[in-house]
Amino acid sequence: MTDQNATATDGGSVAASAGAGATRTATAPDAVTVSGVSRVFGSRGREASVTALDDVSLDVAPGEFVSLIGPSGCGKSTLLRLIADLDQPSSGQISVFGKPARRARIDQDYGIAFQQAGLLPWRTVAANIELPLELHRVGAAERRTRVGDLLSLVGLDDFGSKYPDQLSGGMQQRVAIARALAESPRLLLMDEPFGALDEMTRERMQNELLRICAETDAAVVFVTHSIPEAVFLSHRVVVMSPRPGRIVDVIPVGLGSTADRGEALREDAGFFDAVGAVREALHGHPVSAGPATSATSTGSAGEAREGANLCEPSGRPAGRESR
Amino acid sequence: MRPAISTSRAVVAPVILGVAALLIWQLSVMAFDIKPFVLPSPVEIATQFGKNIPTVVQASTVTGLNALIGLIVGGILGVAAAVLAAIAPVLDELSAAVVAALSVIPIVALAPVLYTMFGAGAQTARQIVAAIAVFIPVYLNSLRGFRQVRPVHRDLMRAYAAKPVQVTRTVTLPTASPFIFTGLRIASSLAVISALIAEYFGGPVGGLGKSITSAASSSNYSLAWAYVLGSIILGLLFYGATLGLERLASRHRPSA
Repeated sequence: MTDQNATATDGGSVAASAGAGATRTATAPDAVTVSGVSRVFGSRGREASVTALDDVSLDVAPGEFVSLIGPSGCGKSTLLRLIADLDQPSSGQISVFGKPARRARIDQDYGIAFQQAGLLPWRTVAANIELPLELHRVGAAERRTRVGDLLSLVGLDDFGSKYPDQLSGGMQQRVAIARALAESPRLLLMDEPFGALDEMTRERMQNELLRICAETDAAVVFVTHSIPEAVFLSHRVVVMSPRPGRIVDVIPVGLGSTADRGEALREDAGFFDAVGAVREALHGHPVSAGPATSATSTGSAGEAREGANLCEPSGRPAGRESR
Repeated sequence: MRPAISTSRAVVAPVILGVAALLIWQLSVMAFDIKPFVLPSPVEIATQFGKNIPTVVQASTVTGLNALIGLIVGGILGVAAAVLAAIAPVLDELSAAVVAALSVIPIVALAPVLYTMFGAGAQTARQIVAAIAVFIPVYLNSLRGFRQVRPVHRDLMRAYAAKPVQVTRTVTLPTASPFIFTGLRIASSLAVISALIAEYFGGPVGGLGKSITSAASSSNYSLAWAYVLGSIILGLLFYGATLGLERLASRHRPSA
């Protein structure tokens, strides 16, 4: 039924999104509402079916930064793909700004970035950023202005005419983020966008992402497997467990608004507390600790975890003074 | 500056080898008194070539035009067929046997049949032979190219709600273009060869193939060789041009 609605107005998607936006802001629906969503893969043929997501529910408020964290295979990327309507749930409902996910995709209500920058290598940096604008028939002059703004937003002013193969991995990822922001979406979906970057670049990119989010005021759903990254960026961290993918815990980080966060936060006591809390949720509570942890630290589980936490490279307490 | 040395070596070495081969050829023709109908000397061929440049150029133009038309028509059809096969894999499965058959049968064998179909006075038969010869490598390479689209790009285009035409234009075709041009490069020599050989089986006079046969049958062996030299140059021209296009299409690509 939603499909028919969607295809009927397919041609005038820009107009439709503008209209919908205007009428809906009054009621301010959640940026993302996921209710009772399951996703089962490979149920046909001889293959045994895999339950990637099992009865997952989650709301993301407008302007909120939410991270999905969990071991590989916990379905965090699957959940993001479902929100982006790159895949459909086996059961349950997903709505984005109060519309079905498919409608939201057609209306271009979200911007998306993946672990691979996914730039088109035959296009210049500027042409890559303006790709979504070009596809949605935005005029050339307007495109040029917007690309200029976005290039300075991600700090690549002088690189517009370069080709992706002339940029470093971090720069390519910044281009991908600029591209995701091209249509000023109120929702950003990011699937481990910094996963392939080195630690130094990664921290710099995190700082920049916070700045950009504060400037654009977009809601973000951010998939990561790095605890410090999730804590540093998010208002809430959603901890997931694998087989079947479920939400184990939702940890409110409470380290202030996006705009207030900065490099200093990485050395804040609250930051370490939140990292510890996420870690605890991730590895299961002391009684139900994962086999690896329980085997090595049965006696003083809490202490051992605390120690491991401080050794985490991104926590980097030892190197703090030298900077 | 090792690269500079190696590039000059890469150019100089084959030139030296070529000159040496020509010298040995010339000397052995003179030393063993080889008859021109067996093998004329390089100097003789070059003289004939020099004397007949206008007619060689004219013959090359006729054959070259047939090959070019065949290359363009076969190329367009090959890419178009690959687009369809990429969109609907069932077409690929249905046509697999036909494509396999086309790629193993000697296309030139069709020439006599085509001459009777289109009339011996027209160039059509030759152009069709060239087009069929071109179609196969272009189709196969393009189809392979269309399958190189990265999943992340496909996801991206879906996220942008891009229409199929937009996906083809912005992602699929550019991804496939190095492969398409590789197909065209392989096909370019086939086009010249097919257009030229087709002339052996009939049709109007004037092309390189006809000129070679008529020169040979009138015992003008070094002139026949001059036309052969002309067809070598024509083939190289086609190859060089398509190689240039391929290089152009492969800029800014990671490896490949």
